[in-house]
Amino acid sequence: MANYSTNEFKAGLKVMLDGDPCSIVENELVKPGKGQAFNRVKLRNLMTGRVGEKTFKSGDSLEGADVMDLEMEYLYTDGDMWHFMKTDGSFEQYAVEKKALGDSVKWLKEQVPYIITLWNDKAISVTPPNFIELEVVETDPGLKGDTAQGGSKPATLSSGAVVRVPLFINQGEVLKIDTRSGDYVSRA
Amino acid sequence: MASDWQPSASIETLRERARLLAKVRAFFAQRDVLEVETPVLGQGGSTDVHLVSLHTLARTDKGQRRLWLQTSPEFHMKRLLAAGSGPIFQLARSFRDAEIGARHNIEFTMLEWYRPQFTLEKLIDETATLIMSLLPRFPGSLVHYRYRELFHTHLEVDPFTTSLEKLRSLAAKRAQMPDKALAGEGRDTCLDLLMSVVIEPQLGQHELSVVVDYPASQASLARRHQDAEGEWVASRFEVYLNGIELANGYDELTDAAEQRARFAADNAERRRLGLPEVDVDERLLAALAHGLPEGAGVALGIDRLIQLALGKARLEDVLAFSTPNC
Repeated sequence: MANYSTNEFKAGLKVMLDGDPCSIVENELVKPGKGQAFNRVKLRNLMTGRVGEKTFKSGDSLEGADVMDLEMEYLYTDGDMWHFMKTDGSFEQYAVEKKALGDSVKWLKEQVPYIITLWNDKAISVTPPNFIELEVVETDPGLKGDTAQGGSKPATLSSGAVVRVPLFINQGEVLKIDTRSGDYVSRA
Repeated sequence: MASDWQPSASIETLRERARLLAKVRAFFAQRDVLEVETPVLGQGGSTDVHLVSLHTLARTDKGQRRLWLQTSPEFHMKRLLAAGSGPIFQLARSFRDAEIGARHNIEFTMLEWYRPQFTLEKLIDETATLIMSLLPRFPGSLVHYRYRELFHTHLEVDPFTTSLEKLRSLAAKRAQMPDKALAGEGRDTCLDLLMSVVIEPQLGQHELSVVVDYPASQASLARRHQDAEGEWVASRFEVYLNGIELANGYDELTDAAEQRARFAADNAERRRLGLPEVDVDERLLAALAHGLPEGAGVALGIDRLIQLALGKARLEDVLAFSTPNC
């Protein structure tokens, strides 16, 4: 991969740091009036998802990381691996480890497209769509007529996620959920 | 179609910018400080090791010559002072290669002014008055700090006496750099880093902060003097607002021989670091030899001040076209 110098660091650029692929979040030149220039760089470690800050001498460089985001549909799990298929018509499949799947495991639904991040052609993270429609498989019976008042109760969804839903929701209903917050949005 | 032909700043912001620049001109007119315009190109450039100058080739009366784009209008303005101009100011386009960011642009506008007979203290007051007159809200009082005091308060080290080894490891730690990242670096680099990363962000919060008594090694074109503790310090000040460095003022060095020695030292350091040497401005040195009136001068990043006055997040928000957009 090419090397990138601090001047070329931009949000979204993928680089290697301490052996892990990282995505640059922010890059700020720090230069006192009469002193040497440094760059304060915020990076997201793509293996752990953690964001950290680092300082580089201006002009230092980092190796680029071979990282790609691809859209893939979820197919099935065999218990060890989770299998996805590219949506570009190639039918190419990728197996994803539990560690790479992370929290996204609770938002999996067949035939829904996910963003799979590949590093050196290996899946390292899975990002669900911002909104997903899932069926309620278990919740307390709905309260008739109670459509406006506040109050909520837990509901287990077909993907295994447990979310807070309004009291009027019944088992078997399909709900629209915001996967970023885990919040109920509406009935689908 | 690409939309990158659009200006970096909104037209409304450019109107506000023009209004603030008119206020700057009125401020100096009222004080009988003459507005001047000097060339952005010069036969000599800034030797400052940490500035990267742009240069260009021009066909002149002496054939093809390398001319330097100024990093500040200092040299030409000092030649005017030596020629008897009296107090002068300039809104000058200046150029510093590779400096791009939320507070930097390769091409920017420097507000620089010189006050013969002024003490540093008097110029600090005038600088603060100008800054406050451009801000929509009074930022609070003007608070003075000594460089050493800031390091004691925020880092519990002394910039003059703490060992270099300790400064290196402290700077690397506070800036989230690997342990050995600063091995081989000098005191000034460690101090600069600690100043930028730890101290600066805390300056100018609900006040206008002025820092004085910088280490003598950071004097650049300022005189040096001994402080109360007997340390040699630079006769220089910097002004901070909202954690951003706004202005840098000097009790101006008038000694031509000393100035020549500092230029030579800069170029020697450039050779050591493998950086290109910069042609020394012989005409500035000749002007100093002729005699520069005693006095103080200050350079203020007017784009940054406009950015703060208008509450904008990035420098490019107040520039018609930023360098990445030019």
